[in-house]
Amino acid sequence: MTFAAFMFWVFAITVVASGVMTISARNPVHSVMFLILAFFGAAGLFILMGAEYLAMLLLVVYIGAVAVLFLFVVMMLDVDFVEMRQGFLRYVPIGGALATVIVVELVLIVAAWTLPDDDAIARAHPVPTAAETGADPSAPNNIEALGLVLYTDYVHYFQIAGVILLVAMIGAIVLTFRTREGVRKQDPAEQVARDRATAVEMKNIRTGQGI
Amino acid sequence: MDIGLGHYLSVAAVLFATGMAGIFLNRKNVIIILMSIELMLLSVNINFVAFSQFLGDLTGQVFAFMILTVAAAEAAVGLAILVAYFRNRGDISVDTANLMKN
Repeated sequence: MTFAAFMFWVFAITVVASGVMTISARNPVHSVMFLILAFFGAAGLFILMGAEYLAMLLLVVYIGAVAVLFLFVVMMLDVDFVEMRQGFLRYVPIGGALATVIVVELVLIVAAWTLPDDDAIARAHPVPTAAETGADPSAPNNIEALGLVLYTDYVHYFQIAGVILLVAMIGAIVLTFRTREGVRKQDPAEQVARDRATAVEMKNIRTGQGI
Repeated sequence: MDIGLGHYLSVAAVLFATGMAGIFLNRKNVIIILMSIELMLLSVNINFVAFSQFLGDLTGQVFAFMILTVAAAEAAVGLAILVAYFRNRGDISVDTANLMKN
């Protein structure tokens, strides 16, 4: 068994085991931790497949942002999670049956799948192979090749992805925004709308007398 | 044994089924359901990257990138809805979420 094959099994078992633990852990905080472990395993698989950029993106976006967001929400919400697990065992038969059916179907499809002849594949954007990049230092590596594709042929998709993130950000802010009464805060419009007549009052004070 | 496309697709298939089972098993806990959806999206990403690598076409990785974006947006909005729902009702049980209909 080569080192790459060994690492594949390590990462594959990590991903699947932590995926199972994610859905079955009693404590939701542990669920999030196992979710993070699953993402780590998937990042390892991506590196084995030669998609280094997506592996790093997985670490940064999923673990750095999404998983921490989950952790934040789990810890922030004061929910009785023990009570939430009621009915867990009741749905094990149907959930397990459906999962088994899906796995069997997908594995049957995978087993029947054969790659076409190499010449028969129409490649829009060929992946730079290790042989190419190893021999020629100036050949694009994975992230360069991806950038060359992403910012040219897929630039509109890239822009739409940015818009989706913007909409999600605004949506999340609007959903969780609330105005509370009795909080002193700055109102810029009110400040700007002040003029001399309302802000300053002239008093004619006589000498020797106070106001 | 040489690791081929089938191995990666099988891992993704098992992970997808795990995520789906998670949705059924944790009927009450929306947070775990969201995590299960993340697991399913991750398995789809593994599929995309595996096909991209073994067919030698970068397009799959671009699509995996898009899925990553949408997954992040979905998690953010989903958790925001969850927080707003919790603030209004005091719990996050899915069973009673359809009370809004009445």
